[in-house]
Amino acid sequence: MTKDHGGDVRLSGISKTYGSFTAVHPLDLTVPEGSFFALLGASGCGKTTTLRMIAGLEEPTSGTVHLGDQDVTALPPYKRPVNTVFQSYALFPHLDIFENVAFGLRRRGIRSVKKQVEEMLELVQLGEQARKKPHQLSGGQQQRVAVARALINQPRVLLLDEPLGALDLKLRRQMQLELKRIQTEVGITFIHVTHDQEEAMTMADTVAVMSAGRVEQLGSPTDLYENPHTTFVANFLGTSNLIEAEVDSTSGDDIVLTAGDGKLSLPGARCSAPTATGGRVLVGVRPEKISLTHADDAGDIPVGRNRITGRIAASSFIGVSTQYVVDASVCPEFEVYVQNIDRDPRLVPGAEVVLHWSPAHTFGLDAAQDIDAGVETVEEEQVA
Amino acid sequence: MATLTETDPPPPLPPSPLSPTAATSPTPPTKKPRRGRLVPYWLLLPGILWLIVFFALPMIYQASTSVQTGSLEEGYKVTWHFATYWDALSEYWPQFLRSVLYAGSATILCLLLGYPLAYLIAFRAGRWRNLILILVIAPFFTSFLIRTLAWKTILADGGPVVGALDALHVLDVTNWLGMTAGDRVLATPLAVVCGLTYNFLPFMILPLYTSLERIDGRLHEAAGDLYATPFTTFRKVTFPLSMPGVVSGTLLTFIPASGDYVNADLLGSTDTRMVGNVIQTQFLRILDYPTAAALSFILMAAILIMVTLYIRKSGTEDLV
Repeated sequence: MTKDHGGDVRLSGISKTYGSFTAVHPLDLTVPEGSFFALLGASGCGKTTTLRMIAGLEEPTSGTVHLGDQDVTALPPYKRPVNTVFQSYALFPHLDIFENVAFGLRRRGIRSVKKQVEEMLELVQLGEQARKKPHQLSGGQQQRVAVARALINQPRVLLLDEPLGALDLKLRRQMQLELKRIQTEVGITFIHVTHDQEEAMTMADTVAVMSAGRVEQLGSPTDLYENPHTTFVANFLGTSNLIEAEVDSTSGDDIVLTAGDGKLSLPGARCSAPTATGGRVLVGVRPEKISLTHADDAGDIPVGRNRITGRIAASSFIGVSTQYVVDASVCPEFEVYVQNIDRDPRLVPGAEVVLHWSPAHTFGLDAAQDIDAGVETVEEEQVA
Repeated sequence: MATLTETDPPPPLPPSPLSPTAATSPTPPTKKPRRGRLVPYWLLLPGILWLIVFFALPMIYQASTSVQTGSLEEGYKVTWHFATYWDALSEYWPQFLRSVLYAGSATILCLLLGYPLAYLIAFRAGRWRNLILILVIAPFFTSFLIRTLAWKTILADGGPVVGALDALHVLDVTNWLGMTAGDRVLATPLAVVCGLTYNFLPFMILPLYTSLERIDGRLHEAAGDLYATPFTTFRKVTFPLSMPGVVSGTLLTFIPASGDYVNADLLGSTDTRMVGNVIQTQFLRILDYPTAAALSFILMAAILIMVTLYIRKSGTEDLV
């Protein structure tokens, strides 16, 4: 690849409105060359519209799209050095696999396509299927043809619009690894749109979480998961326990908060809310960061850990872990995942327990937000 | 058909109070499944009877007529006189050729006029789609004969249409092509072709529209994404995918047009007689039944051969 950052994608103030509906609010985004970038969000959050504006299939209402130093905002799709893997693959049903893959090369006037097409089909392990028609292939194979058809053009950016949505779970896992492998091999910038948070986290270097036409938070998967800045991100990516608390004092770099009749502390750097004394903060912690100790052994818990008392409401054994729902004083449905290493037989529904975790695993969010943001979206998705 | 046979209760099922068919199954199922298996044939029976009485029998009758000799006064007898075919063909080959020529021209004109319209309805019409479709079918609300007669007025000598064509020097071109004569359009080949085109245009537009409408719009996006200009997208994606519509549209236009005699009768002259006119005259005026029947069979065979070659050539056997 060239070193002039020709594969950088730069969106400046880009927006899209349909009548009175705003699909994408003015958005600034830079995707560095060679990265695997994911746009993550529930359906209707504007992620696909953003992708289509990069592809040129949708004209932005305002703002510009740059590829490297080139302003491509006004270019029609067929003049952009960008290719798309469509959600439904959109393979040409009247052409065989070979001709589908060769389509882009032929349109650019390249005559001898045989070698390139064969190499590309080899890369996606479909060398044997070259003379079949798309409908004769399985979903996973069609998906790989769609990737090959786009990649063979060596685009500066490859756009993937929910490319794994139509596959079953096992195949999806396999294709996630496959796509990641291909991306590492060819080094092209990938922009991947998905509503599957696990897919985004396993594949992408950088994830932008979108909601209602805006980017909620952008960062590496670890960063987003460990240190969410909004309740939407906290709930949409994995599960979070959120506790309403009040700022009590600041001691050094740490903030001390009151929740119910207990005290919790968290590092100031991990709090995205204003920390004036008396201000309200949502304190969050991930379920797997929490340890569960029977109330009788409460004395054994090391000093300095955040602790909350409660009663186990339900437990379910899932093999690698046991998931507990704890009715705590500050939060009626506290979720805790415990690894099945040494199972305490006393931890059954009804048992009084102490939940405790390291302050370093705690994060603070602005309490002015909807505490259930992101949770609802996931449920709506399931209903639909 | 499969669903019909699936309704048969499998023998080992215990009787269920909920299912009326299962209630009878404790007695070994001897008669019921058999009757179920015959149901498809009972459903086919009316259609098959209809075809036998109104298609197969008349065909056999016509075939036997075509090899009869005799006269109207003495009656006709089957004498296996196959020479009638040869005589009919050698006498009326100009009319056959003319039929193919006129029907072919009308089919090409229908395709050229119908394709853009079908494309517009399928992809661009938006909320006007249904209205335009109704307008395409609207002429069927009036009789075929009346519509063809109306073209007599439209193409009348000295009328505005002929005047305009003359002023635009279109008639010079058609005169040179032998499609018109002098400053007349009526009673010329052009008038017959115009009438055929007009009458069969909906039969071209509807199948074209159906096959265009089925094309997934995302394929256009995919082609554009893969560096195809809009025109290349049409040439490489849209048109090939609309081939089933092109083939069925041209067949639905060409086949009836080549056997048509109304247009040639009303808009043409004795020099524009098509094979349909000959058959009609032989059957109804001259009453030479063997020749008329033989002509009908020759026309049918010719169309079958042409259609088969055409479908082979266009490579759409699996698409039609």
